[in-house]
Amino acid sequence: MWQMVLRRILIGLVLIWVVSVFIFILTQVLPGDAAQIRLGQQATPESLAALRKELGLDRSLPVQYFSWIGNLLIGNLGISAAGGATIESLIGNRIGNTVFMTAIVTLISVPLSVVLGLIAAMFPGRLIDRVITSGTLGLIAVPDFFVAIFLILFLAVQLGWVPAVSYLSGSEGFWKSVYVLALPIGTLVIVVSAQMIRMTRAGILNVMGSPYIEMAILKGVPRKRIILRHALLNAIGPIVNVIALNLAYLVSGVVVIETIFAYPGLAKLMVDGVQTRDIPLVQACGMIFCTTYVVLILIADIASIVSNPRLRHPK
Amino acid sequence: MTDTTNTSPDVDSSIYDELPDAPPKTRLRLSWVGKISVAVVAFWVFIAIVGPYIAPYHEAFFIEDDLAGNPIDDPSFMLPSSQAWLGTDYLGRDILSRIMWGARTTIGISFIATLLAYSIGITMGIAAAVAGGWTDAALSRMVDAVLSFPNIMLGLIVIAAFGSSIPMLILLAGVIYAASVFRIARALGQDIMVQDYVEAARARGEGLWWIISKEVLPNAAMPLATDFGLRLVFVILFISTLSFLGLGVQPPISDWGSMVRANLQGLGNGLGGGALAPLAPALAIASLTIAINLIVDDISAQAGGSLAGKMS
Repeated sequence: MWQMVLRRILIGLVLIWVVSVFIFILTQVLPGDAAQIRLGQQATPESLAALRKELGLDRSLPVQYFSWIGNLLIGNLGISAAGGATIESLIGNRIGNTVFMTAIVTLISVPLSVVLGLIAAMFPGRLIDRVITSGTLGLIAVPDFFVAIFLILFLAVQLGWVPAVSYLSGSEGFWKSVYVLALPIGTLVIVVSAQMIRMTRAGILNVMGSPYIEMAILKGVPRKRIILRHALLNAIGPIVNVIALNLAYLVSGVVVIETIFAYPGLAKLMVDGVQTRDIPLVQACGMIFCTTYVVLILIADIASIVSNPRLRHPK
Repeated sequence: MTDTTNTSPDVDSSIYDELPDAPPKTRLRLSWVGKISVAVVAFWVFIAIVGPYIAPYHEAFFIEDDLAGNPIDDPSFMLPSSQAWLGTDYLGRDILSRIMWGARTTIGISFIATLLAYSIGITMGIAAAVAGGWTDAALSRMVDAVLSFPNIMLGLIVIAAFGSSIPMLILLAGVIYAASVFRIARALGQDIMVQDYVEAARARGEGLWWIISKEVLPNAAMPLATDFGLRLVFVILFISTLSFLGLGVQPPISDWGSMVRANLQGLGNGLGGGALAPLAPALAIASLTIAINLIVDDISAQAGGSLAGKMS
């Protein structure tokens, strides 16, 4: 088993490396380089060449790649093409905001999804199950911003319960921050939970089809007890897998939600960077998000390996 | 249902229906939810085709005068009236007309991108399944690399580098979603390649191309067709999300995702004000994607669980 885990970790490292090469190549193939963008159209060839030399753009691509990735590893993320501030300083105060929001979303959505998925699996085909399954199907099929604008319209504008814009000055206490962030958190919880509830339900129903559950049914164990004592324990592995996978979906979710609520997080910074075509900033943010994504998927895979007793004792 | 028997054209294929292993004759019966969904999708496809011809205004037309010809003080976020049935947007353009024009952009781009994803994905997927060996390994690793990015991140990075244009969006979505089509086509192809009838065809001495076109593709067609619906939903959501972020379809071309984004400030005026301006295009997207999803759900419920497993 540990060999498999080790193999997965190695594959994960290779994927992160592939991602970094992809990001680097994609952002380097365009004709106008960082020097061109910074100096604009009127730049003289001499000043361009000078700036290229200063930024190291006159070196060969592999050399540039290794210096970029090397600097990245020691936390030197480069200089923003717009404004010339270091990217660490731009990211520094944003990353905490994103982590804060996603942490709260995780704390709410994981127990919520497991409980709702369990309830749906306990009463398959009954009214409550049908409400949960059709509700989540609908939520999966609509864009994230659709959920967001409905919540804004009804909870913030029509009812006035919560603020529509999530501006943090940094001096709020914990509960005040949560209140200000109620809408983006709510939206993300809804979006992420929909997927998790469906997969939890499917995972438990899948276990319910196995022979030992049939045995338990035949000897007369009540259905609730079967689910809580037999099925749930065996579904923990798949459920942990689902949770990690969905936290990976959060990576895409925050991009939309931070934009719509003008929340000063890392994803908003990246979207702004794409708009101004600030390549070094996009590279750095892209690496952070993609690495997080690969790591979460890696955790999902490891969870399903570790939780599978058959793999624990290889023949 | 596709014809899975191998007959030369002059033999009446119905004689095979008597065989014990003849494929079951299934006729697609949709539930009432499915029928309504088909109607909704058909409606939007109709609008996408004829919308620009029947829309009351051009997508970039600014309403400045009322019906009597008197200038309007503030034409932005007007309420629905006989002049603009769904009201006007933040610049005073007719929302109904922009939704009708936008249907063509949103549905057209997504549909072409999905077709592209399918052409690339199926070609490569079947090639990997049939060829096996290092072709399979090389193609699969390439796909793994694309799939190790969150879709939206790949979109953001590519747009940061190349800018956003309609051909770029189609290519981007096509390549990203080709990766998941590849996985399904490869899995289906591998399943089919080990079936007895493929072995029989090989034993008869049929060529590789014959096996692919007469055995593999027809048998993979139905699951792939269902998956096409789901993939189309993902592509619509992807393109709308990019447009919503301001990185997809650029003005003045109307598109549902960018309409929601541009009119977001109208939300603050509430239902009695300009809320319809962002709400109407958002509802248009949701009705289309939910309807496609329900149709796919209906079909796969009939085709049995075997489909669901392959479409992850």
